[in-house]
Amino acid sequence: MLVIEGIHAFYGRIEALKGVSLEVKQGEIVTLIGANGAGKSTLLMTICGQPRGQGGRIVLEGTDITAMSTHQIMRRGIAQSPEGRRVFPRMTVYENLQMGAINVDPAHFEGDIQRCFELFPILERRRGQRAGTLSGGEQQMLAIARAMMARPRLLLLDEPSLGLAPLIVRQIFSVIRELNQQGVTVLLVEQNAFHALKLAHRAYVLVNGQITMTGTGRQLLADPEVRRAYLEGGH
Amino acid sequence: MTGLLAGLDGGKLLRHVLGAVLITFLMTSLIVGLELVATQTGLSLRPRYHIVLYCVVVVALGSAAVFALVERSWRLPMLVGVVLAALLLVPLLTGNLDSDLAFLLPFPVAPLNWLALFLPAFILMRAGQLAYASARPPAAAARRRELSRTGKLISMGLGLLLILAAFAFPVSPWGSRQLVDILTIVLIYIMLGWGLNIVVGLAGLLDLGYVAFYAVGAYSYALLSEYFGWSFWVCLPLAGLFAASFGIVLGFPVLRLRGDYLAIVTLGFGEIIRVVLINWYEFTGGPDGIGGIPRPSFFGLPFQANAPKGGGETFASFFGLSFDPYHRIAFLYYVILVLALFTNWFTIRIRKLPIGRAWEALREDEIACRALGLNPTNVKLAAFGIGAMFAGFAGSFFAARQGFISPESFVFIESAVILSIVVLGGLGSQLGIVFSAAILIGLPEFFRELEDYRMLAFGLVMVLIMIWKPTGLVSHRDPTIRLHPRGDGR
Repeated sequence: MLVIEGIHAFYGRIEALKGVSLEVKQGEIVTLIGANGAGKSTLLMTICGQPRGQGGRIVLEGTDITAMSTHQIMRRGIAQSPEGRRVFPRMTVYENLQMGAINVDPAHFEGDIQRCFELFPILERRRGQRAGTLSGGEQQMLAIARAMMARPRLLLLDEPSLGLAPLIVRQIFSVIRELNQQGVTVLLVEQNAFHALKLAHRAYVLVNGQITMTGTGRQLLADPEVRRAYLEGGH
Repeated sequence: MTGLLAGLDGGKLLRHVLGAVLITFLMTSLIVGLELVATQTGLSLRPRYHIVLYCVVVVALGSAAVFALVERSWRLPMLVGVVLAALLLVPLLTGNLDSDLAFLLPFPVAPLNWLALFLPAFILMRAGQLAYASARPPAAAARRRELSRTGKLISMGLGLLLILAAFAFPVSPWGSRQLVDILTIVLIYIMLGWGLNIVVGLAGLLDLGYVAFYAVGAYSYALLSEYFGWSFWVCLPLAGLFAASFGIVLGFPVLRLRGDYLAIVTLGFGEIIRVVLINWYEFTGGPDGIGGIPRPSFFGLPFQANAPKGGGETFASFFGLSFDPYHRIAFLYYVILVLALFTNWFTIRIRKLPIGRAWEALREDEIACRALGLNPTNVKLAAFGIGAMFAGFAGSFFAARQGFISPESFVFIESAVILSIVVLGGLGSQLGIVFSAAILIGLPEFFRELEDYRMLAFGLVMVLIMIWKPTGLVSHRDPTIRLHPRGDGR
């Protein structure tokens, strides 16, 4: 579904991605783990065209999207729940969801929003409330729901567990699994390696802008090096 | 006294009132507190302490009352309302309107005096309503819902009342030639404020050269009528179209910039338009301007004393009236009133459409918008173009009303004034713009002699607003949709 081949990305003169290759197949949950500053978020942003990938190719469902602008890419069945959630704080939950569906045929709207409310019942109760007044977990749910309103086939999630209580994290991960079972392909970037690897069909480890390891989620969970670097002392 | 102030934070109240008093003092001293008097040695400025004092007292009482209202105490506002109403009503009832009210109601025209009477009455009403509510304390949530519903009703009623009053005004006994004329100017600025509000308030793009589009609208009507003899009603949509296309042409390269940079470039563009108008003498008449711009007609009936050459009827003869220049003034007033209301209606509608939501979202978080597949440039261009279009409408009306335009009318100060109206009214607030336009345009029209000090006052007021009320006088943004009353779903 998504194939990345030898992509480089730069912030000014700093090379954040140094020839990353990665593949996400239809129906998978693929997890990307790595330390702070390894380039995980940069990779997600590069898929969306900002910063633009250089040197290699990004192919989405057979189309080369490397040179496309962000808004063109985001209309090709791909949606992102960005790092730090980035909900629209002064708009209501309902308005945020409407924004998510801005490029979708309005005929789908009612059904889609009902589906979101089934996934996250709390959002239905908060629908008239401004997004800025929601708790962190609710905002994260809203960010995912907003991304889902765009009816993506590929969902990019950037650290959905960041700063959330363990109970909420578990809830969010179970929703991700549910979405996946409904047919959405997921590329998940996480620091919370334990949960993310358990959830993933396959996973990649990113270190200093390069992929150093890949395998099934189970393989990486069992790998001593991964355990030492990302799991010891954790959960 | 302690009972009166029960439940109120005294220090906070004091700060609140002092702030309001300071602003009032500075504003009134500069705008209405000085008077030019001709003495034997020449012109001199004479202070009008009593007006300043009056304003300060009223504002101090009023702001204390409002503060107490906000803090959910009703005794103080009630008392203030009673005192003010008594102060104002006693002279009214005893019939000594002119002598006694001269001090209490210093405004030179009746409508402002009525406004001064209306405000304490309004406070009194709110106080009574709150007193009633607290006499029988309902559950907290229910009470909140009730208050917000009455608040909404009041603001809706106030808007409707203003519109009705605006329509009735020219035919009412107060509708003098001078007043209707001043209100026409105020309405032009209300319309410009509403137009700029789309760009600044909704889309969050700081535009310091808005007057350029106003100029484009004015000159397109003036030039089209001069070169082709087209009538106002044909040129009005064209002027909007021209201004909108200027907005889009300018916006295309410029909207990649953010914040300060955008402001500087739009400021520059505003000046470029003016300089072009001055220097392209053969086409625009340069600093001489364009005169003899025809006035709009009433469905083809001109407002003239005598029938036009070649037969035909005038407005007066068609309706069997005797000719009165007031007809034309009132007609112009209605034209701009309808144009302005159209602007308002359009803004309210578009806020509920996806494009309007996209503007608000863009103002909040551009990166998130991009991640949702919005093309920020197109969304901003739409805001810029639509905002410019309304400036174009207003501009062509301005040209038609004045009959003469020159680049003098489109200097940077105008942009600054329009922006002040929007900022003072509270970004995004439609009703706030009406009030601030009335204050910033209406009051100085009454006190023309102090023109030189006006910018000084504007600057001061802007700074003070930024310090004390950074969200404007009427700062309130309703969600574009509300699914159930506030207080539910908790």
